[in-house]
Amino acid sequence: MSIEVNIDKFRAESPMTDFLRMERMPHIWCPGCGIGTVVNSFAEAVKKSGMDMDKLAVISGIGCTGRVAGYVNFDSIHTTHGRAIPVATGLKLANPEMKVVVVSGDGDLTGIGGNHFIHAARRNMDIMVICVNNFTYGMTGGQVTPTTPQTANASTTPYGNYEYPFSLPFLADACGATYVARWTSLHARNITKSIREALNHKGFSFIEVIAPCTTLYQRRNRLGDGLDALEYYKEEAGVEKDVDTREVGIDFQGDIVMGRFVNQEKPTYEEAVNERYANVLGDDYQLYGMSKPEREEKAKREAEERAKVQALMEDEEAQMMAEDMGVDEEGL
Amino acid sequence: MHEVRFSGFGGQGIVRCALITGKALSMYDDKFATMTQSFGPEARGGACSSQLVVSESRILYPYVTLPGVLIALSQDSYTTYEPKLKDGGVLIYEADLVTPKEDDGRVQMYPAPVTRFAEELGNRLFANLVTLGCFSAITKIVTPEAMKKALPGLVPDRFLEVNKKAFDKGYAYGLESLEKKPLVTGDAQ
Amino acid sequence: MRKTAADPKGVLEGSHFLDGDHAIAEGALAAGCRFFAGYPITPSTETAERFAERCPAAGGMFIQMEDEIASIAALVGGAWGGQKVMTVTSGPGLSLMMENLGLAVMTETPMVIADVQRAGPSTGLPTLPAQQDMMQIRWGSHGDYRIIALCPDSPQECFDLTVEAFNLSETYRVPVFIMADETVGHMHEKVVIPPAGEIGVVERNWYEGPKADYRPYQFTGKDVAPMVKAGDGYRFHITGLTHDERGYPHLTVDQNEKVVTHLIEKIDSNADKIIQLDESEVDGADVVVVSYGITSRIVSRAVQLAREAGIKTGSMRLITIWPFAEKRIEELAGKVKAIVVPEINYGQMVREVERSAAGRCKVVSVPHCGGAVHDPEVILDAIKEASK
Repeated sequence: MSIEVNIDKFRAESPMTDFLRMERMPHIWCPGCGIGTVVNSFAEAVKKSGMDMDKLAVISGIGCTGRVAGYVNFDSIHTTHGRAIPVATGLKLANPEMKVVVVSGDGDLTGIGGNHFIHAARRNMDIMVICVNNFTYGMTGGQVTPTTPQTANASTTPYGNYEYPFSLPFLADACGATYVARWTSLHARNITKSIREALNHKGFSFIEVIAPCTTLYQRRNRLGDGLDALEYYKEEAGVEKDVDTREVGIDFQGDIVMGRFVNQEKPTYEEAVNERYANVLGDDYQLYGMSKPEREEKAKREAEERAKVQALMEDEEAQMMAEDMGVDEEGL
Repeated sequence: MHEVRFSGFGGQGIVRCALITGKALSMYDDKFATMTQSFGPEARGGACSSQLVVSESRILYPYVTLPGVLIALSQDSYTTYEPKLKDGGVLIYEADLVTPKEDDGRVQMYPAPVTRFAEELGNRLFANLVTLGCFSAITKIVTPEAMKKALPGLVPDRFLEVNKKAFDKGYAYGLESLEKKPLVTGDAQ
Repeated sequence: MRKTAADPKGVLEGSHFLDGDHAIAEGALAAGCRFFAGYPITPSTETAERFAERCPAAGGMFIQMEDEIASIAALVGGAWGGQKVMTVTSGPGLSLMMENLGLAVMTETPMVIADVQRAGPSTGLPTLPAQQDMMQIRWGSHGDYRIIALCPDSPQECFDLTVEAFNLSETYRVPVFIMADETVGHMHEKVVIPPAGEIGVVERNWYEGPKADYRPYQFTGKDVAPMVKAGDGYRFHITGLTHDERGYPHLTVDQNEKVVTHLIEKIDSNADKIIQLDESEVDGADVVVVSYGITSRIVSRAVQLAREAGIKTGSMRLITIWPFAEKRIEELAGKVKAIVVPEINYGQMVREVERSAAGRCKVVSVPHCGGAVHDPEVILDAIKEASK
């Protein structure tokens, strides 16, 4: 099947023009892949948030999802395998004005980068981590990852996976993440809302998106194409409120528990540093040229701003529900 | 050029001794001083030591090869380092903790009950400053004025005065010892 | 590159009795470094401790990361966040840093890495000196590239060369190493820190111009492109992949040649400007001893003894290790009988000397295992033997 695409027309007219580096289109992702949904939701969330796009940086690791940083039109760094989180940590601490978002895959973030993941969560580092979890190393040809369900076939588990997988929301929660949510790539609206909440969240936020790798995971496990994956999500994924993250593990083609599992306030790493130094060193202490009153003023301003955005989001959601836009009210 | 070795067991403030003396010499006595310390297996358990090379000009070789002065605050350190003290060199040792071999005149021996003096001042932790007082009085390598100037930053502020007292006590004792047994100088040090 | 005065907030002006590790931290603060990410490892930890203690007053940020991989990765983020950045480590940590050293080289990210060398391989002798990482910093990350490395022989030079390392790092957009060792790192000596106004600091070359025209790279093999920082609206992109001037992946052999040639040439073509040597009585010498770091101080005694013994002996101390002073060695090799190279390893830099001398004179290696410095007599014997 071949589709005629006028690339110049696409670049000029796409609603994503402001958010993507259109000169780099078309992208490398396969038909039916879930990463595009996440990128669209991300763009939508940023657009809705009305935030200054110059103050947002996107950092990715290696892999299919690792290519996101290269396509989005923000300050962006495509790092080495697994190192997106420490690079993001460095950028955030060196330049606290930035909102820093890591977008990467399950293998990158929780396999080779697992140590960085748990420590950034523990520190409540003020960054957002979006993990596109397709249960596979796509770029290298479909190997088993730390999230691959048992019995699933991968190129390095050709007789089916025998390892115990991570349940990422549980991992993030246990390590101290202050915002944790999970959706599937079918639930674009929910992803958008979660990203928007996370953009407005202070501290380590983690959003897992279960997404299909049609070329490798789906095919190798005879699960059909992208549409079949969405059918599976539609059948088996459901929102649960007030659920214990210990209960949200995913079995092969089993139930997928979705929702916003954690949402709490706790001082971020930078706030903890500032508070400690200021307590011990007094008013003389300055971080990057900011005095204590200036810091307090800024914190107050930001808190007010966050509250305003939160109220606005709730209004909008209520309005959408009223307009019957098909929003899954259980999830919101 | 002087080579000085401070030795004892962990917790006696051996490294601090060399730090204070090195700082005093290089910042207030207009001398060049290089301080090195032993880390690792050598620094654990028994003997722990820190070394100081003192010179009128820039020090090239930073290590002590054949020290002219040894301060030994423990039996282990005495046993380990006394044989490596130069002939005619100065040995200042903890009188109550070190039982030296019979004085055969190879080195010039000065016993000092530094821990007892420190306890009299309220805490045996001040023993290292008593030691430094003796060292300064006996060897004249470093002036007492420079030593006192070097203390801030190297001893806690709240113990500054008592440390100075400990130094003075050691210094006075050192002078007394010298009266009883004058130091034979020469190239020994 | 234009130098300005240091920010007085980071300058602890005056005379101090400091060890080399602490002097490195002071050098970094004086040079304007305001972001430090590190992981504790003997014998380098004192640098991190000093920075942690001093940075609140200087308006900086310190973070102890989860490992050395994360530490150097955080520097890449920190540098593009707009700060001058550094980390410090030793053997095992250095090995972990090799991955993202490559990322820093490829993305042309300025940073300073101090390696306080201890004896290896592996955990080796954690508390004792060595000079065994000289080739690892040069070749340790995969692929072809260049770095700059400086080698201090005293706490004073730890301060001075750290300032210089930041200046070179900003000038050439390249990671710069301070190659200290356990002895220099833990040795205390007087360190004089000049007033801020007398410390020459190279500030980052910030881009000024229309946003749409900004290019994070230029592959001239001579100069590097100016930088921008996150948040200023340039929407930069950098990647460890082979990339074009805009920083976008460009995965062709031709482009890889362009990029890699630039990474090499920007250092090689400026080598004469970068290299600093400390020579003594080299003219007319029969034997020249080439050494670096703590070994130079042992050599100075050996050379003194050799001269007393009537041997015309010169000494050349490599302050800059990489790029290597190949032209000067080549020149010397045509004039002397022999070059003697003592080092605390089984022969690393001596290979560079041999390569540069190319058979014009004898080159004598005086190796020493890690954990201790040479006995000056051993070097003296080598000088005597070489002079025959």
